[in-house]
Amino acid sequence: MEKSRSITANNATIPDAGTDAGHSLWSDAWLRLRHNRAAMCGCAVLGLIILMCFIVPFLPALPDPAQQDLPGKNSTPSWSHWMGTDHLGRDLFSRILHGGRISILVGLITTMVSLTIGVAVGAVAGYLGGKVDAFLMRTVDILYSLPFLIIVILFSALAKGYTSDLTDWLVGLTGFNRDAIAPFTGLIPLFVAIGALSWLSISRIVRASVQDIAGREFVEAAKSLGLSHRRILMRHIIPNAIGPIVVYATLTIPSVMLFEATLSFLGMGVQPPYSSWGILIKDGADRMLSNPLLLIFPSIFFILTLLSLNFLGDGLRDALDPKSSKD
Amino acid sequence: MWREIANRLMQGLLVLFVLGTLTFFLVHALPYGPFQDEKAIPDNVRERLEQIHGYDKPLLTQYWLRLNNIVRGDLGTSIKVMEGREVSDILLQAFPVSLTLGLFAMAIAISIGIPAGVLAAIRKNRAPDYIIMAVALLGICLPNFVIGPLLAEFFGGRLGWFPVSGWDPRSPSAMFLPALTLGLVSAAYLSRLTRAGMLEILHQDFIRTARAKGQKGHIIIIRHALRGGLIPSIAFLGPAFAGTISGSVVVESIFQIPGIGRLFIKAIETGDETLIMGPVLLYGTLIVTANFLVDLIQLWLNPRLRARAAA
Repeated sequence: MEKSRSITANNATIPDAGTDAGHSLWSDAWLRLRHNRAAMCGCAVLGLIILMCFIVPFLPALPDPAQQDLPGKNSTPSWSHWMGTDHLGRDLFSRILHGGRISILVGLITTMVSLTIGVAVGAVAGYLGGKVDAFLMRTVDILYSLPFLIIVILFSALAKGYTSDLTDWLVGLTGFNRDAIAPFTGLIPLFVAIGALSWLSISRIVRASVQDIAGREFVEAAKSLGLSHRRILMRHIIPNAIGPIVVYATLTIPSVMLFEATLSFLGMGVQPPYSSWGILIKDGADRMLSNPLLLIFPSIFFILTLLSLNFLGDGLRDALDPKSSKD
Repeated sequence: MWREIANRLMQGLLVLFVLGTLTFFLVHALPYGPFQDEKAIPDNVRERLEQIHGYDKPLLTQYWLRLNNIVRGDLGTSIKVMEGREVSDILLQAFPVSLTLGLFAMAIAISIGIPAGVLAAIRKNRAPDYIIMAVALLGICLPNFVIGPLLAEFFGGRLGWFPVSGWDPRSPSAMFLPALTLGLVSAAYLSRLTRAGMLEILHQDFIRTARAKGQKGHIIIIRHALRGGLIPSIAFLGPAFAGTISGSVVVESIFQIPGIGRLFIKAIETGDETLIMGPVLLYGTLIVTANFLVDLIQLWLNPRLRARAAA
């Protein structure tokens, strides 16, 4: 506690730094995170990549990602094509940036959905135990064994009827050009379907950690003080299980991004001429012996993003860990 | 103990029942069916096919008939993909292959992932930690359709140490490359989870007590820290094991392995209900068993949990 309190006290932007109850778990964590260099670097790189993917594609200087140039196919990097062209002569750099938007959206949205459900289910099952635990975990068993693919197919088919309504609603909400967002609205049901089914492993892991933590003395103490279950879970148990949660969240993001590519090949998800990092990596893998650059460049973006997410995740873990302030 | 096992057995049967029911109705809700083809099938032929497979009856009647047959152990014959073959025969042939591959892959994952994670946690924020975590990240980022061909090219092609394709249940060397491809991703996951779990434990007071007592470092790790530190990794093992068995489609096609994954995907693509149901029930059994074993291991490792379970 010593260290974090001195940080708070030195920081003039925290108005109630002098009072004892002034800093919550989160403001404490934010202060610690800001002092973690690796995490801040990760944050900066991540920000840069997101910025590039979401803003640069709108700049007129960038070639159209769908523009084919068959005589100039498989060219090496040059001034006109910074990362060369693919097997159809499309500009790889432009394709990576355009594809990045979809991959980042898929990764973040589905991971958020799966994290929320997974942590809630796992924590409740692990904390309450007994019949609730048995019911929740057997439900998880069932969902694990159900063929994922069938559910995604059904969900996409079901949602197809509502896609144009969804697009209208989004156009009304954001004022974007209809043509610009139409290809993405079809993906939203897919995001939800993947997110709604990828929380299973997280819930098992959180449950195991919570079971362990729920037996410790400080939880006994919290119970004997008469705190509500909800408060014990939110303030005392989940912060102590944050390590595995953050790690698994940073693991879910890449697996979801790659899963999206698998779905695209089965005719769901992003369809050509649009692409995503997963699809670019898969395309590159098919041609890695003839033109390895097609695999290497998208992989660099992918790995860089995940590397910075990992640093950010580790920093977040250290910042949120109730015990880390002792060191 | 025995009561708990009997209890879980009942729950497992219930899981299989719900699973089978859901699968049946989900497959029948698919926007396509096994009697549609790229080439239009003449109406009279299709009607005849539907009659043979009982698709002309009301859905609930079909469900009831299927349920009765499955309870009696008759999984039926494949409707489309392996037309006319008994599903139980197909499973009997393909499942041992997938199971062996999965077990081998898990053995590789555990023997690489857990020691790596422990080492990374002990040497936190120093060179071994950074190297192990970077390699693990690479293992997570490089999908198996990239790792597989690379391994095949390098170990199989250049060095010629292992065969690159084909499946021979008697030769572990033929299994090595596919199992490694499949196991590396889980190894990467395990190493990260183990590191997180170990870091959590190494902070705790009882470890400091052991240190203060002058206990040797490796004994503290093995005897005291691993028990708690492996909690997240072990929780991950159940689903990971089932995942390596059901998710080996890509590896099966890279290395030409006659496993169950490819058939299953084809069955889903064509709506071949019987060939979907068989594997699904098998996965269900596997998941229930794996998660039960995981729960038992957790109980055995964690004295606090045992006390709670007894209460």
